[in-house]
Amino acid sequence: MLYRLLSIVQRQRTSPGWQTWSSTRSSTSATESHSVTLPAQAYVVICGGGILGTSVAYHLSKMGWQDIVLLEQGRLAAGSTRFCAGILSTARHSSIEQKMADYSNKLYCHLEQETGIQTGYLRTGSISLAQTQDRLISLKRINSRLNVVGIPSEIISPKKVAELHPFLNVHDLVGALHVPEDAVVSSPDVALALASAASQNGVQIYDRTSVLHVLIKKGQVTGVETDKGQIECQYFVNCAGQWAYELGLSNEEPVSIPLHACEHFYLLTRPWETPLQSNTPTIVDADGRIYIRNWQGGILSGGFEKNPKPIFTEGKNQLEIQNLREDWDHFEPLLSSLLRRMPVLETLEILKLVNCPETFTPDMKCIMGESPVVQGYFVLAGMNSAGLSLGGGAGKFLAEWMVYGYPTENVWELDLQRFGALQSSRTFLRHRVMEVMPLMYDLKVPRWDFQTGRQLRTSPLYDRLDAQGARWMEKHGFERPKYFVPPNKDLLALEQSKTFYKPDWFDIVESEVKCCKEAVCVIDMSSFTKFEITSTGDQALESLQYLFSNDLDVPVGHIVHTGMLNECGGYENDCSIARLNKRSFFMISPTDQQVHCWAWLNKYMPKDSSLLLEDVTWKYTALNLIGPRAVDVLSELSYAPMTPDHFPTLFCKEMSVGYANGIRVMSMTHTGEPGFMLYIPIEYALHVYNEVMSVGQKYGIRNAGYYALRSLRIEKFFAFWGQDLNTLTTPLECGGESRVKLEKGIDFIGRNALLQQKQNGVYKRLAMFILDDHDTDLDLWPWWGEPIYRNGKYAGKTTSSAYSYTLDRHVCLGYVHNFSEDNGEEQVVTADFINRGEYEIDIAGHRFQAKAKLYPVTSFFTHKRRKDDVELSDFHGK
Amino acid sequence: MLSAPCCDDRRMCVCPGPRRIGIPVRTSSLPLFSDAMPAPTQLFFPLIRNCELSRIYGTACYCHHKHLCCSPTYIPQNRLRYTPHPAYATFCRPRENWWQYTQGRRYASTPQKFYLTPPQVNSILKANEYSFKVPEFDGKNVSSILGFDSNQLPANAPIEDRRSAATCLQTRGMLLGVFDGHAGCACSQAVSERLFYYIAVSLLPHETLLEIENAVESGRALLPILQWHKHPNDYFSKEASKLYFNSLRTYWQELIDLNTGESADIDVKEALINAFKRLDNDISLEAQVGDPNSFLNYLVLRVAFSGATACVAHVDGVDLHVANTGDSRAMLGVQEEDGSWSAVTLSNDHNAQNERELERLKLEHPKNEAKSVVKQDRLLGLLMPFRAFGDVKFKWSIDLQKRVIESGPDQLNDNEYTKFIPPNYHTPPYLTAEPEVTYHRLRPQDKFLVLATDGLWETMHRQDVVRIVGEYLTGMHQQQPIAVGGYKVTLGQMHGLLTERRAKMSSVFEDQNAATHLIRHAVGNNEFGAVDHERLSKMLSLPEELARMYRDDITIIVVQFNSHVVGAYQNQEQ
Repeated sequence: MLYRLLSIVQRQRTSPGWQTWSSTRSSTSATESHSVTLPAQAYVVICGGGILGTSVAYHLSKMGWQDIVLLEQGRLAAGSTRFCAGILSTARHSSIEQKMADYSNKLYCHLEQETGIQTGYLRTGSISLAQTQDRLISLKRINSRLNVVGIPSEIISPKKVAELHPFLNVHDLVGALHVPEDAVVSSPDVALALASAASQNGVQIYDRTSVLHVLIKKGQVTGVETDKGQIECQYFVNCAGQWAYELGLSNEEPVSIPLHACEHFYLLTRPWETPLQSNTPTIVDADGRIYIRNWQGGILSGGFEKNPKPIFTEGKNQLEIQNLREDWDHFEPLLSSLLRRMPVLETLEILKLVNCPETFTPDMKCIMGESPVVQGYFVLAGMNSAGLSLGGGAGKFLAEWMVYGYPTENVWELDLQRFGALQSSRTFLRHRVMEVMPLMYDLKVPRWDFQTGRQLRTSPLYDRLDAQGARWMEKHGFERPKYFVPPNKDLLALEQSKTFYKPDWFDIVESEVKCCKEAVCVIDMSSFTKFEITSTGDQALESLQYLFSNDLDVPVGHIVHTGMLNECGGYENDCSIARLNKRSFFMISPTDQQVHCWAWLNKYMPKDSSLLLEDVTWKYTALNLIGPRAVDVLSELSYAPMTPDHFPTLFCKEMSVGYANGIRVMSMTHTGEPGFMLYIPIEYALHVYNEVMSVGQKYGIRNAGYYALRSLRIEKFFAFWGQDLNTLTTPLECGGESRVKLEKGIDFIGRNALLQQKQNGVYKRLAMFILDDHDTDLDLWPWWGEPIYRNGKYAGKTTSSAYSYTLDRHVCLGYVHNFSEDNGEEQVVTADFINRGEYEIDIAGHRFQAKAKLYPVTSFFTHKRRKDDVELSDFHGK
Repeated sequence: MLSAPCCDDRRMCVCPGPRRIGIPVRTSSLPLFSDAMPAPTQLFFPLIRNCELSRIYGTACYCHHKHLCCSPTYIPQNRLRYTPHPAYATFCRPRENWWQYTQGRRYASTPQKFYLTPPQVNSILKANEYSFKVPEFDGKNVSSILGFDSNQLPANAPIEDRRSAATCLQTRGMLLGVFDGHAGCACSQAVSERLFYYIAVSLLPHETLLEIENAVESGRALLPILQWHKHPNDYFSKEASKLYFNSLRTYWQELIDLNTGESADIDVKEALINAFKRLDNDISLEAQVGDPNSFLNYLVLRVAFSGATACVAHVDGVDLHVANTGDSRAMLGVQEEDGSWSAVTLSNDHNAQNERELERLKLEHPKNEAKSVVKQDRLLGLLMPFRAFGDVKFKWSIDLQKRVIESGPDQLNDNEYTKFIPPNYHTPPYLTAEPEVTYHRLRPQDKFLVLATDGLWETMHRQDVVRIVGEYLTGMHQQQPIAVGGYKVTLGQMHGLLTERRAKMSSVFEDQNAATHLIRHAVGNNEFGAVDHERLSKMLSLPEELARMYRDDITIIVVQFNSHVVGAYQNQEQ
């Protein structure tokens, strides 16, 4: 097998390039006549011989796993990998992608040395052009983040761009980002090199073998059915690229992998008379929607047009594959843009226009991780045309995930479990990817909401709120109000509202926040994930005590904030649990936890018929009454005493509100403000809302949205799971000690890690930063991911931020690390370390002074209430 | 001075400007045209302040008098007419001037004044469009014609072009025609109403003529002869219908008398020629005889003193006859086997560019007139078309003209134009309405016929016309996607090609009518042959009094043939 593979590779080396591939094809088909028998069993079966499949195989074998089989339906490094433009760019907006690209760059760089296979790796550097000031801000933000992780980059002037690239028209540029270590590489050769290295490590590779479906027993992968026979296995990795969706659904227990392909075009030209220097930098002109790289003395240029052509909506279709041909009329806008950028190209001859479908996901981030429904079923697909850049890093993280049970970086934003079956509608995907693909080169501004695939899940109050001026955002398919535009006010149109500065809704949210502080507001928070756990005996309590860090053996009616930790003590979820009665618990988690938390609970809860876990998200509408007058509104509607004596904080009671009975009222607000959460069976939702609004009128009640909630919670230093908290942060690192009961008598998951951490100290600490010399009107607003400098040295990144209308300042949350001056190793972070630093936050290259706090500001003035405050709630962002 | 008759007396057809024929306007105080020249200069001078005077003359005189010559001595710029495509050359120059003018205006006060939005442009272009689809019987269209699209865009106010389309009911076949009037619209209007009746009657067999005559005699209902396909804007004059009918009746009575009873096959060519000549004769006679009704009397005189060219197609099965008088043109669109389009001209222009016409004129008049009969490419130095209806000034003797004018109504008497006798007018008639008839047997590859007045042909080459209509009718969706294949194409070439395709695509989708589509191209084409909205908008927003300087009236009929039926005819006969 290895021999055969290498022979392919050998032929490959003698004839690099696109045109000569047919020879490889014939050689492969020649060898194919020898019927190959698949092994009867293996440990891991990887489906897909593109760059991702080979990268996973490479890393798994490197980490010492044996018995790995890689199956490819066609031939190795065909498909999207073969047609990849070969640009490796580390200039990415999300820091996890940045890390993956950086790793890929380093991996590909030494791959040739390691395997002896030429990969065409060439360090050309890349230049991202900015035609507008907003684009330049966006590039400056990337520049700040690249610098702190040690990737050299700089913002350069148009003049410098002209020096670096001889043919560029720079008169319309305002600046550019230069990343000198970015590279170009031949992606099929990289995939072959990875395959060859993996093969040397014992991975068996079979091409011309299609996976028909995956065999599953009791929610566990048991084998793979191929067109050449069965293979028993324990792990299956779906790296099938644009066919991953179909492959996922082909099982008896379908795994939904929401991705959809779009046609993607790029142009190849014949060489110049005097060929372009091979180290000419790659150009990304996002405002012109194109990229340009040097290719065999000519250029290669493609782009992401505004009107993408989705393809394969109805699955793999031979007719559509054959019809994939050059569409010059479709390419015309990109060609115009290209000629505008490089007018000298006019006289260059065309070689061909390549049409290579790329896969896109609903949120423009790739998909990796384990299926929530089938254990041992891993996925790595949907690369949003960054397969080559991210391939190395993604393969490494997935291999770590399989081998260690979790990757070494926080990959929640890429986790398959961020999606559910609800994102799997083909219509939804088709519409959404048509928005996602142009977004590749659109300006990425804070608080951007997708416009397609909306109004899927809504609260029963949706129409009512919409009529009152609600503006909506979407989380996990659920529409949530952002804020309410007063009737006499107009906001900017969608396109104009894009800004890195003060947004147009600033005053609206201010008045909502003020109302929460002084009177009472209603926020519809129905999107929260709600589970009920009941049992016939004590099984519910027992299993929850094992799964959660806080002590859940509390009197009936109490609410407990607790983390759901993994073995390392990291947060898998952060939730509130109310004990409804002795044997039944009501659990509230963030919206996007619906799939992940469900999978986690199912994985760790004993398979016991007397223990019942139920998803009741759809059964309840949640209204949050925030503000000092909330108690007045509710007591008028229920005739029940609502004073703190009768209804202390963090308490849950079932009571009547208006005519409706059986409303779960909880004395918490997720913001630190006084108030109540009402969990209302949905048929009563409109009634209760109407009653609350009409009674509340005399107390000045009004609607509010999530932006107000966010401002309130961040100024109270409430961390947000998914942003501030993740699987790699422990309660001890973010001031959540009070939610951990190490001595509750049960060895809950993560307890050992926490014990150890308690002894050794933490290596990072979540702190709150208040920006001092920041002008809200004129300066760029913080978003997240801004580097934090302590005494002039990089110390970490922010995780979220909001404007505090109480403090009249911006507040950022972020982790502070203590990097050793000598070797950069992480050291223990103490409260003292935090307090004795001088901090600066770098927003797009401009550093603002900040004060770090470990406790919310208000607690300094009201020490007496501090304990209440901390307990009063927390976890947000649901 | 020049502008005064233009505005006040437009209906009188005395304006020397946008007319095909005319004389220099003189008032008693200004007997010489040379004295009148400063007037147009003053008129246009503020518009074209930056241009040298010769250019102004070029603009003002040439375009103004494209079809007539005021006084050749004063207009040396006419050399432009000798270039192979005079229209193209001349259209560029004045345009530039005009743009300069508008640009200047734009900065001054009303910025967006001359820009029309695309919907506004469309509403102007589509105002006169008309489509007729031959009805299908039992899901089948047995006619060799699928239908036709027609449209017209005025440059004169009112428009002097006319169009007609009708199905013959007593014989087979369909008649389509475009008529380009000059010196007013009276003649073209009359011809558009009457000519098809004359043709239809000429084609009728003896028995049908008898039947009709008997019906009229006994007051019975008349067999309908023609079914008209008219746009609501195409009108017929009610007042003259009785007069016209009587003339027509006289014609068929003579036909009946002439017929000796032999039921000889009627020759379409002959019928067409007879009809044309007879109608022109009737127009002339009616003007000489006059009418007791003063309105009608004035009308018949206006008809006779103005003129019109006619280009008429008669389609019956695979037999296509084109009868042409004047400089309108009939063009056949032929699709070659490779899908490309070529143009076959089915008519000859009767103007100075036609050697045979020059020859004919010289033969018809004494040798000593050889130099004066055609001067400056115009008949007697005045008239551009060498054949036309009406225009009795070029047909009647001087005596007759004077007599008719003196006995005519005062309006006629006061009219400088009618009183003016062409110079070197020695051996009338100089003009005839006799058509040249071309016969063509339709083949399956003959996809359509374009009938259009010279307003179209002077802005577009026939090959472009046929290509644009052909591509329009076959639909852009059938246009092959571009593939580079093994050809050597540069990025610049590809970009040009794609831009052109895009422009075509967008204009095709706007039009439901092939004639409208053609007009859009004729008026809005830029130097790359693509419709330029800005140019289109400027051309269409020209004020009435200036429009004629930049373009002529355009009237187009596009007849689409039914290849299946044509093919079937061919097979039958084989």
